[in-house]
Amino acid sequence: MAETIHITINGIPVEVKENTVILDAAKKVNVVIPTLCYHQDICVAGNCRVCMVEIAGQKRLAAACATPCEEGMDILTNSLKVRNCRKHIIELLLSEHNADCTKCYKNGKCELQFLASEYKIMTQDFIELNKGNTRTIDNISPSIVKDDSKCIRCQRCVRTCEELQGVNALAVAYKGHEMKISTFYEKSMNDVVCTNCGQCVNRCPTGALVEKNYIEEVWEAISDPGLHVVVQTAPAVRVGLGEELGYAAGNRVTGKMVAALKRLGFDAVLDTDFTADLTIIEEGTELLGRLKKALVDKADVALPMATSCSPGWIKYIEHMYPEYLPNLSTCKSPQQMFGALLKTYYAKARNIDPTKIVSVSVMPCTAKKFEAARAEMHDSGYRDVDFVLTTRELAIMIKQAGIDFVQLEDMEFDRLMGESTGAAVIFGATGGVMEAALRTVYEIVTGREIPFKNLAVLPIRGMEGVKMCTVKIESPLEEWKFLEGVELQCAVAHGLTNAKKAMDSVKDGTASFHFLEVMACPGGCLGGGGQPIPTNAEIRKKRAAAIYAEDMGKPIRKSHENPEVIKIYNDFLGKPLGELSHKLLHTSYQIRERT
Amino acid sequence: MSEQHLLLKRVDFIFVHDDDWEKILQKTIHRPKQELINELISSELKGRGGAGFPTGLKWKLTSEAQGSEKYVICNADEGEPGTFKDREILTRVPYKVLTAMAVCGFIVGAKSGIIYLRGEYKFLEQPLKEAINEFSYYCNKINLDFTIRIFMGSGAYICGEETALFESLEGKRGEPRNKPPYPSVSGFRNRPTVINNVETLAHTYTIFKYGAKKFYDLGVQYSRGSKLFSVSGDTPKPGIYELELGMSLEDFVDEFGDGDTKAVQVGGASGFLVPRKKFSETAIGYQGKLIGISLPTGGSMMLFNSARSMYNLLDNYLEFFREESCGQCTPCRIGCQQLLAGIKAVKKGERPAPYLDKLLKLSETMQFTAKCGLGQSVANSFASIVENFREEMIY
Amino acid sequence: MELHRRIVELADLHGRTRESLLPILQGVVEQENFLSKRSMAEIARELDLPAAEVYGTATFYSFLEYRKMGKFIIRVCKTISCSMKGKNQIILTIKDMLKLEVGQTTPDGRFSLVETNCLGWCHKAPAMVINHEVFTDLTPEKVRGILGEYMKKEI
Repeated sequence: MAETIHITINGIPVEVKENTVILDAAKKVNVVIPTLCYHQDICVAGNCRVCMVEIAGQKRLAAACATPCEEGMDILTNSLKVRNCRKHIIELLLSEHNADCTKCYKNGKCELQFLASEYKIMTQDFIELNKGNTRTIDNISPSIVKDDSKCIRCQRCVRTCEELQGVNALAVAYKGHEMKISTFYEKSMNDVVCTNCGQCVNRCPTGALVEKNYIEEVWEAISDPGLHVVVQTAPAVRVGLGEELGYAAGNRVTGKMVAALKRLGFDAVLDTDFTADLTIIEEGTELLGRLKKALVDKADVALPMATSCSPGWIKYIEHMYPEYLPNLSTCKSPQQMFGALLKTYYAKARNIDPTKIVSVSVMPCTAKKFEAARAEMHDSGYRDVDFVLTTRELAIMIKQAGIDFVQLEDMEFDRLMGESTGAAVIFGATGGVMEAALRTVYEIVTGREIPFKNLAVLPIRGMEGVKMCTVKIESPLEEWKFLEGVELQCAVAHGLTNAKKAMDSVKDGTASFHFLEVMACPGGCLGGGGQPIPTNAEIRKKRAAAIYAEDMGKPIRKSHENPEVIKIYNDFLGKPLGELSHKLLHTSYQIRERT
Repeated sequence: MSEQHLLLKRVDFIFVHDDDWEKILQKTIHRPKQELINELISSELKGRGGAGFPTGLKWKLTSEAQGSEKYVICNADEGEPGTFKDREILTRVPYKVLTAMAVCGFIVGAKSGIIYLRGEYKFLEQPLKEAINEFSYYCNKINLDFTIRIFMGSGAYICGEETALFESLEGKRGEPRNKPPYPSVSGFRNRPTVINNVETLAHTYTIFKYGAKKFYDLGVQYSRGSKLFSVSGDTPKPGIYELELGMSLEDFVDEFGDGDTKAVQVGGASGFLVPRKKFSETAIGYQGKLIGISLPTGGSMMLFNSARSMYNLLDNYLEFFREESCGQCTPCRIGCQQLLAGIKAVKKGERPAPYLDKLLKLSETMQFTAKCGLGQSVANSFASIVENFREEMIY
Repeated sequence: MELHRRIVELADLHGRTRESLLPILQGVVEQENFLSKRSMAEIARELDLPAAEVYGTATFYSFLEYRKMGKFIIRVCKTISCSMKGKNQIILTIKDMLKLEVGQTTPDGRFSLVETNCLGWCHKAPAMVINHEVFTDLTPEKVRGILGEYMKKEI
């Protein structure tokens, strides 16, 4: 039992458990202490010194984020001394910061700007330290722009990259006035182990790390009457977008999002969920094929098979576990399947010249920008996806267009390639791809629904880092007799640190799964690097709840029952893993350096 | 004034031969641990690195801390400008330090000792290794389970800060940690750790050899014992001197000055500049005002005569900190840059003289808010120089 | 794979944990005078550490040079005592003799000249170190003599 400690904060008595830091104690009595380097998802650093508070009897101030309460502490969060120091700290940060706010992508969304505004820093007495420093911007990566002149050295990005993702593309380098956040040898983010996951972007308090935005390019395409601009939206976008446009976390805004996209002027508003369903058919078939090879042909086949929807995960495995590339499903991600079909199947069906089609996607993800730019992704004969926008960029466009989002009437996705099932929706949450696959695979094999109430495979839902489940195949259909009694072992990991755990257990032989789902971001795509800021465990839980609610509300909840999916096999693709599927929907991977 | 302030007294303990170390070690580890701790506490020895934490208490806390593995670390990252005494100790009487580490290990329950030696003292590594070999041989002989190794620093002032030193030992950037937890509970490898300055350890040898009283009888109230002073600058006799604590700066300058001393920097770049007019009211020691101001110090005493520009002095210090701050916390990283840029701007007339007052306030903020002890003291020299030599900053 | 072998040897000697990193970096600098991009990448691989972490750690420490350095690195103390006692003249003498600026390396790769923070020889200022050898109470004449000896050394 932790001891109870009694303190006062601004005169208000508070009881807290032993080891509670002052910041958390203050929250209990609704006292807000400003922070910058602090972030709930990562460890405490205590380096920005914005959260300094006064403890009666102590000459020095204490960092509220890092100082545990002690019995009898009398804490002041707004004394004159605290205010003066805090203002100094903000002024200092501003003096080192390229405070060209009106020209900054994060203008209006910057935590440093908020603080400057809150404390009414009206003059800049200190000397500008950043003057004449021109070589600060790295914009080579298609996903992320890093501008050191805007960096306040809070190290949130470094801690995120290390703790949540285990990638360590970013590290703190040099010391003293030269100290900065750097990649290996200050190479471009594009040329290092960075997976483009954008979790750093999601946590950067300023404009030092932002997504590379393609807003103007998309506006230009929309405005060109000669072009047919199609947009697809990923499942997690609809449960995040609202947060940027006046809703609390956890609100589904699917219908309004579709309406807004139409108002923006897209020629067709379609759904990535359609190809998510398609992915399940292709990937499920691939899994069954591998199982057959292993169990019947006794052939040497790469198991576990790992999902391939998350481009951050793909790049991670290419860098970190290249020997396991054969384990990746060859399926493209839903975004890229969609892109390849748009300029072939859709173009043909709608009789549109594919060169006139502009393929735009809205993703909760920054890595999708990199994925779309991969050389492999031209199987339609053109670049399959031309522009990738994040959820945040879409929100910016909606605001720019003067759309009163909250007042919009719900609308439906267009067809072709707009129909989807509940199984596709849950792609947006960790465990969702696995669950969707199990719903379909189990039924293909046994002819029966998966034996979970409401089709909800609960063991692989939720926010635990690595989740496992075993599905025993009993009395399969004739064709699948070889699976009789097989216990299908499944594992789900989200966040690359957890992916590492799962992969290491595969590598050292302590685990033997058949099927592994990995999403690069915490919580899955709903916690993606392109999602609204801020993010934290509570927000991610709300978004997940919204996703599962959307699933429950769908009339069809199994991918193989999606009528448009059935139609595309009949009309165009032939059969899963068939020749055309193979050409358009599958891809290959490459080994990358580990530096 | 209850106690008369003492004149400068030379004493000679530290550098007295160490060839009785085997006897001292043997004798000491056969005494009850509690008795040794009490002896150390009653000597009132305080850390000689500059911070002045009571050594006996430090060892006591670590001995009481839970943990199967504990460490004794000798901080030989002597980086404060104007300090060079630890090098001399390790050169001339290394066995005192090794013995003290082993005794400390015996008391607190640590079996492993590490000497963190600054990269600038690389030449000391080999002779010290040889001493450690001989020492280990003897420990073996008397069945004392204690090993000592050397860890070389690589040129980073901040690693003298104890938690930064742990980080460095662990193979990381030398960035200070948040406190609490303190090293006695969670230090190197997050295990209970005693970390002492070289000189502090050497003094414990004196105390265990002669008893606490001999040590306690030196110095004045709150500032007991002797201390090594590294004397440099405008002095006819630069070098290392062991003096009783509590002397007045005036007596010090009488002894070491060249007759034209304008100011003395006490405690190195992170210490304070004392102008001539305050010599008589300044004593060298810890808190407890004997006469006017008491200044603690790691032993750096730099004298400046009337030909020296206090602006140049401050410029040099601030440049030092601008480079040697670890850079992680805002007040230290940016504060040092602002102070330096600020005095330059005032000197050039780009900022008005009252800008110095804004900077003085900033120096206070740095003291109140920096993450580590060094960050909290980097602005000391700024404040004391600007307060005492303001006109030199402007004209 | 000369470099690779040497790094493996250093890792065998110091271990392959994070705590081994500084001794190994020091070992490479000892042998090669600086840490090249390749050697840092090799060390990262050998210790299974992120390359950016190795880089970030190395660049924290002044003696772990990450720019190409000469065989003999002359580090002249620039902190207050040495600065007061004629550091500038020492630098000028070295610049003049070796025809290089602070921060540069001679074309033959023999000498690099850098300024450094307090070396701990304030009572014998000005001071410098060449690799690990310490020289104190410097005068221009003395420096010329010292460098003269170093110019004759085999490299």
